[in-house]
Amino acid sequence: MLFFVARRLLYLVPVLIAVSVLTFVIASLLPGDLAYVILGDQATPENVAALRHDMGLDLPIWQRYFGWLWQILQGDFGRSFRTGQTVLQAVGERVPVSFELMLFAELIGLAIGVPLAIACAAKAGSAFDRLMTGSAFGMLSVPTFLSAILLIYLFAVELRWLPATGYVPFTEDPVANLRFMVLPALTLALAEWPGIMRVLRSDMIAALQEDYIALAKAKGLKPSRILFVHALKPSSLTLVTITGINIGRLIGGTVIVETIFALPGIGRLLVGAIYTRDLIILQGVVLLVAAGFVIMNFIVDMLYAVLDPRIRHGHA
Amino acid sequence: MSGALLSVEDVAVDLPTPRGNLRAVDHVDLVVGAGKTLGIVGESGCGKTMLSRAILQLLPKKAKLSGRVMFDGQDLPALSAEKLRKLRGRSLAVVFQDPMTSLNPVLTIGTQLTETMQEHLELDLANARQRAIELLAAVGIPAPEQRLSQYPHQLSGGMRQRVAIAVALSCEPKLLIADEPTTALDVTIQAQILDLLAREQQRRHMAMIIITHDLGVVAGRTDEVAVMYAGRVVERAPTPSLFKQMRMPYTEALLAALPKLDAAPHTPLPAISGRPPDPTRPLKGCSFSPRCRYSAGRCGTEKPHLSAAEAPDHLYACFHPIAAGANA
Amino acid sequence: MATLELSLDETATAPAKRGRRLGTLFWVAIGWMLLVFAVAILADVLPLPSPTDMDMLERRAPFSVEHWLGTDGLGRDELARLIYGARISLIVGLCAPVIGLVFGGALGMLAGYFRGRFESIVVGSMDVLLAFPPLILALAVTAYLGQSIFNLTCILGVLGIPAFMRVARASTLTLARREFVIAAQALGASHARILLRELLPNVLLPLLAFFLLGVAVTIVVEGALSFLGLGVPPPISSWGSMIGEGRESLDVAPRLAFIPAIAMFLTVLSFNLIGDTMRALTDPRQGAL
Repeated sequence: MLFFVARRLLYLVPVLIAVSVLTFVIASLLPGDLAYVILGDQATPENVAALRHDMGLDLPIWQRYFGWLWQILQGDFGRSFRTGQTVLQAVGERVPVSFELMLFAELIGLAIGVPLAIACAAKAGSAFDRLMTGSAFGMLSVPTFLSAILLIYLFAVELRWLPATGYVPFTEDPVANLRFMVLPALTLALAEWPGIMRVLRSDMIAALQEDYIALAKAKGLKPSRILFVHALKPSSLTLVTITGINIGRLIGGTVIVETIFALPGIGRLLVGAIYTRDLIILQGVVLLVAAGFVIMNFIVDMLYAVLDPRIRHGHA
Repeated sequence: MSGALLSVEDVAVDLPTPRGNLRAVDHVDLVVGAGKTLGIVGESGCGKTMLSRAILQLLPKKAKLSGRVMFDGQDLPALSAEKLRKLRGRSLAVVFQDPMTSLNPVLTIGTQLTETMQEHLELDLANARQRAIELLAAVGIPAPEQRLSQYPHQLSGGMRQRVAIAVALSCEPKLLIADEPTTALDVTIQAQILDLLAREQQRRHMAMIIITHDLGVVAGRTDEVAVMYAGRVVERAPTPSLFKQMRMPYTEALLAALPKLDAAPHTPLPAISGRPPDPTRPLKGCSFSPRCRYSAGRCGTEKPHLSAAEAPDHLYACFHPIAAGANA
Repeated sequence: MATLELSLDETATAPAKRGRRLGTLFWVAIGWMLLVFAVAILADVLPLPSPTDMDMLERRAPFSVEHWLGTDGLGRDELARLIYGARISLIVGLCAPVIGLVFGGALGMLAGYFRGRFESIVVGSMDVLLAFPPLILALAVTAYLGQSIFNLTCILGVLGIPAFMRVARASTLTLARREFVIAAQALGASHARILLRELLPNVLLPLLAFFLLGVAVTIVVEGALSFLGLGVPPPISSWGSMIGEGRESLDVAPRLAFIPAIAMFLTVLSFNLIGDTMRALTDPRQGAL
């Protein structure tokens, strides 16, 4: 187990370095120069040359990269030249919003997907099963921004039950916070449950064919115990895997959802930075999100190892 | 029949397949008295496992069962799911062939042992754990207390089968069905497991059905033997009289196919030539006739019935039985 | 006589069975796809009003003989914008996965065939690409490179490379151990010949099935970027940007968002449905459906 963690940790380092290189290279793709963007209308050749020199933009790219990396390792991700906020401040303020949104969305997704998967697996091949599998397949073809406007239209415009946009911190007013969160989280969850349900369903159908299920029946256990303990527990590993695979899409989804519902999260920070061409913030956010994504995947891997007794005890 | 714990009456199992209807079990009658042991012997595919699943009411959903399975005065196929559940694990227990797949890989040994007792005996967890430790010790597992928190993959195959037996014994069943309990195990462990089963059967006065492809397994360990071929029982007799005088050519062929320790080295095994008939295309005559060296005359056109000839408890289905004394 | 009847029977029923197995939904999806392709290709020939001509007097006009699907917030003909939008969605949706198919397919086949160090490098660099949430990477690159259909196609194409690489590598790995490849090697065939003549035809089928699913995903991502106003630059209409513009008038004219939304949903669903069916047909593990 320790060996397993160490090996995965060791793999993490080159991936993170490569992520930083790629982020830096993308940021260097900018046609023209950062100096032009910052100076805007006041860009005269002299001004640009002076600023380029100040920012070290006249150095070769590899020198700039190591200088940048060195600053990052010291915790300096740069500062927005528009708002003066540092990248870490800006991200720190917005992380809780995005995190709450993702957590809430994943919980709703699981709350819809898991019971449906169990019900479908228990009655595999029935009309209900076929209907739900079909709906899940259909839902996979509905982009997030589509379900977002559908939900806004239904619950905010027509029924007027919930606000379409806005945000209140949870610490200020929990109820209002949840009211603002319901639609965005539901939007993301609508994209999450089909995947959860499809994978878990086929996994459980396979599990229900196993000998140990026949033995559990022969032991005279209650059908609910067979379904939830004997069949679902082996599949809980699958749930962890799906959640891990979903993180990437979930992050992409939050960008869209936060923009549509005007939630002050990381995604909106990113899109806002693109609109205002706040390139320092953009670079910092991309790097932090990618690094966070890599680390989250690492945690999911570890969780998987902890949950599966076969891996935990060094088998397979 | 009085004194019978289990009586299988005219049971047939049909499985729909893409190639047509498959009759896996073809009108079988069997009786097991309380505390008695029955061996069911046959090649793979002869329907013996389907028969055991029919007794346990664990047939695949698509399978059709006809006939009666009377257990302890109740007709199992007619029971409600709930009544059946109360019976299974409590008075009707089973040990499956492969302990690698019959234990749940993500539940501890302790959970898998105690859950049955908590369900049927209404023991609390502490008492169930205590009993589980006793059971594990009884089936010969060293350090039983530590085993409770272990997972199946941490045990060897033989140990796992011992756990499976402990699970089956946990509620003192009246009947234990052991479906090829040693086939998946190393040869060296097979005898230990069989002896364990025999010992516990004696000690607990339970009835037992041992299903196997190996005549050597049932010899000396059972009261009665039923030989199955192509879904039918083709010979049934008390174990001593069967081994003293087998009448059905198929039984003889099965016995001849066993490796013998006293045979000269490099003697080829007399395997039964040919293959069992396609169960979706039933034959008109005796199912064994295409492979039988005694086959003649009406063997190919008429099915022999299972009937007793000389002794009332020795039944066989053959037109040309092996003459008395021929294979003694 | 009996055997003859039997074999005749089988040849007669086999194709019919396959047709039924694909299901009516599959053929409806094919039909919808053909329709979208046809109007997108023929957009310039069709008697349509210009998709960019504004008519400020007829803003958000309802359905009429003149404007079949009404007009949008700037008085532009909705149907024309929808059809020209289909062009964008299809151009980006088809071209980007081609990039993924070609590069990812080639890398995957080479990695699966030569194994060793090359494979580790390919798989490792794909891991790095996968370390970015796809939408974030697409957003970042468009932000730096600028918005254009070409840039958008390239980025979405590059994002698809890892997935295609995995599919190609997995099938190559299993195929490379099969008899016909070993036989070709024993006959002294060159690596290039084995890769192109023996492996490629077999790897291509699963790759093409995956391509259709890739088209569906790409259309969705292009839609999302355009929806955010970061995809194709205005005034070019794309389904995503139409939905984004329609969002502003959800309360007065919800159809402006929902008409392109339905078109997009049906198209994505069709590609998914066809792709999934093809994948099931070509999946060696499951054999047929």
